[in-house]
Amino acid sequence: MASTDILLLWSDHAALSVTIWLAIAIVFLYLARGPAHRAIRSLGVVLRSSLRFAAKAISGTEQKLTERNREVLLETGKQASQRLLEREFHRVNAVVTRDLGAFPSLNRRLSEQINKMDQDYQQASEEPPAPPSWTNAVTAMVKLRSDDETMVGNVLGHIRTTAENQHRTAMDEYRKANRVRHGLLRGMMPYWRKVSQSLQDIGKSILGLEERSRIIDNEMSRYEEIVAGSSQAERSLAASAMTQFFIAGTVLLVAVIGGVVNFYLIALPMSEMVGGNSVLGPFKTSSIAALVIIMLEIAMGLFLMESLRITRMFPLIGALDDQMRKRMIWMTFAILLILAGVESSLAYMRDLLAADREALRQTLAGIQATNPEFRWIPSLGQMVMGFILPFALTFVAIPLESFIHSSRTVGGSTLAAVLRGLSVVLRMFGNATYHFANMLAHVYDLLIFIPLRLEDMFRNRKAVSQDVAVNSEAGKNLAEIEEVRL
Amino acid sequence: MIRRATTAVAAAFLVPVLLTGCSEPRSHAKAVYMLLDTSGTYTEEIDKARTILGYLVATLDSGDSLGVARIDSRSFSEKDIVARTTFDSRPSVASQQKREFIKTIDKFRKSVKGSPYTDISGGLLQAVEYLEETGAGHKYVLIFSDLAEDLKKGDFRDFPIPLDGIHVIALNVTKLRSDNVDPRKYLDRLAKWQERVSSNGGEWRVVNDLDHVGNMLDS
Repeated sequence: MASTDILLLWSDHAALSVTIWLAIAIVFLYLARGPAHRAIRSLGVVLRSSLRFAAKAISGTEQKLTERNREVLLETGKQASQRLLEREFHRVNAVVTRDLGAFPSLNRRLSEQINKMDQDYQQASEEPPAPPSWTNAVTAMVKLRSDDETMVGNVLGHIRTTAENQHRTAMDEYRKANRVRHGLLRGMMPYWRKVSQSLQDIGKSILGLEERSRIIDNEMSRYEEIVAGSSQAERSLAASAMTQFFIAGTVLLVAVIGGVVNFYLIALPMSEMVGGNSVLGPFKTSSIAALVIIMLEIAMGLFLMESLRITRMFPLIGALDDQMRKRMIWMTFAILLILAGVESSLAYMRDLLAADREALRQTLAGIQATNPEFRWIPSLGQMVMGFILPFALTFVAIPLESFIHSSRTVGGSTLAAVLRGLSVVLRMFGNATYHFANMLAHVYDLLIFIPLRLEDMFRNRKAVSQDVAVNSEAGKNLAEIEEVRL
Repeated sequence: MIRRATTAVAAAFLVPVLLTGCSEPRSHAKAVYMLLDTSGTYTEEIDKARTILGYLVATLDSGDSLGVARIDSRSFSEKDIVARTTFDSRPSVASQQKREFIKTIDKFRKSVKGSPYTDISGGLLQAVEYLEETGAGHKYVLIFSDLAEDLKKGDFRDFPIPLDGIHVIALNVTKLRSDNVDPRKYLDRLAKWQERVSSNGGEWRVVNDLDHVGNMLDS
């Protein structure tokens, strides 16, 4: 039976038939009003309770996740701070070992130089013999008349000459002694300079150490804040993680583009080695082989960076003893070098294949194939690029480590935010469902408003007649009581 | 209970993966067989065929197969095959093969002579045989002809040709003088071939504008 037949079941006139159907529906709805209301309302309550329960559970999970994120963030910050402090201490150690490690010998040298200078000073400070004090007598004699030719005059003249000679000799000795003193003082100059240089060197080292100690102090206070779990430290670490995430992500994106360029450089010549028509799933084997080479290069780069202790993603490599680590560095570097050589030759082969393909295309088009001038320039460029790119990809390890570490924090925060949002949405949806169920019950009543109105009218009339009956009964009773009283 | 549920979930994930992995892989190689009509005045169109062949040779890659045969008075014959090859997996060798192939075609182009009759069905049958032998995943027959079949008296070609999974592309279907008098003949000819190809499981296409041969092998 078609729906039209059902619709026109009561009459051929559609309007009449529809009206009858409506009347039947209203009667049924009126009769089922009580259970229907209860069903609608309980559905609303059940949905609201379930959604609130789900929201509460999600909120709990979100709180746990936030707490865990906080722990991870602080722990990561603590580790980073420890690493920084460790590095600063290493630097201080290096400065102390390099500059102040030789302090005992420097001290001895300085002492020797100071002793030498002291001796020289002592020698230099010895007073040369002073001019004789009898010079006054000589001066007095000089003032005597020289034309006195008496015996006394002659004696005095001789005395004067002798005194003058002695005075000259004494003055010469005095000057000589002074010259020696000046020579000694001049000889002290290189020692002064040496001492001054040594002291300047020590001063520089001390200044460097002072600077380092300031950095260590700052980092220590930061470390203490992190250990104490202060909110400021948490905020600062979260902001730092977010910045690291975006910077590392950008650098990784650049590295991915570099990887793609590298891939296209070696994918075509790879088909010459592994065949151009074999496939693995939906991919060409040559493409997969090229990808494997690039992945190997990245893996070797990671190991190299790890062995150099630039990154710390593999604790096992970091824990290796220095001898083994050095071997690993050389091994990974050698493999990288070989891979770079392979890639360089593949890049050259690619150029040859491309040239051959171009020549073939010209032949097929009926054009005489030509050999362009300076063809060696792109060939050389491709070879150099093929050699450089593996080493460039090595440095991917650094942003990768930052990205992984920061993505833990960023991912955790994002997930917590999503859970928080979901919890709010569920709570809102629960409330909306509850109110919607109430509204649905009212809409239900709206559909059957005619029988409801009739019911109201009937009830009102019944109530009025009952009141009248009660009132008349009460009147009768009062009259009887009155009669009894009388 | 939990172990059973885990096993069931694992099985639900693994079984389709294993089934997919065990199924026979479909070849990605292409095989193209081109039939060149050498009857009557159509021989003059051979230069256009050379252009299309140049495009085909450039487009096809390592592992793909290409065959060229002439439509003769009786085309179901090995001697009508002008050149056929499967390109080597190494691109450098494949380039060499392509050069040799086009050289053979050029030689044929210079020495081609018109045939009195046109046995397209025989050539089509020969093409199907070749394409099946290659085992390629995508098979194409290109018919470079006016599609006017003219069989020798006594030759029987009115039987179904198995064309399952084969794309049959009619190229450069020129109009005959009689078609100009009554165009219905041309349309009937195309409809007849389409019906014949489709009823035998093939896919039929007509490419008359040779500027549009670029995406001919994309389907």
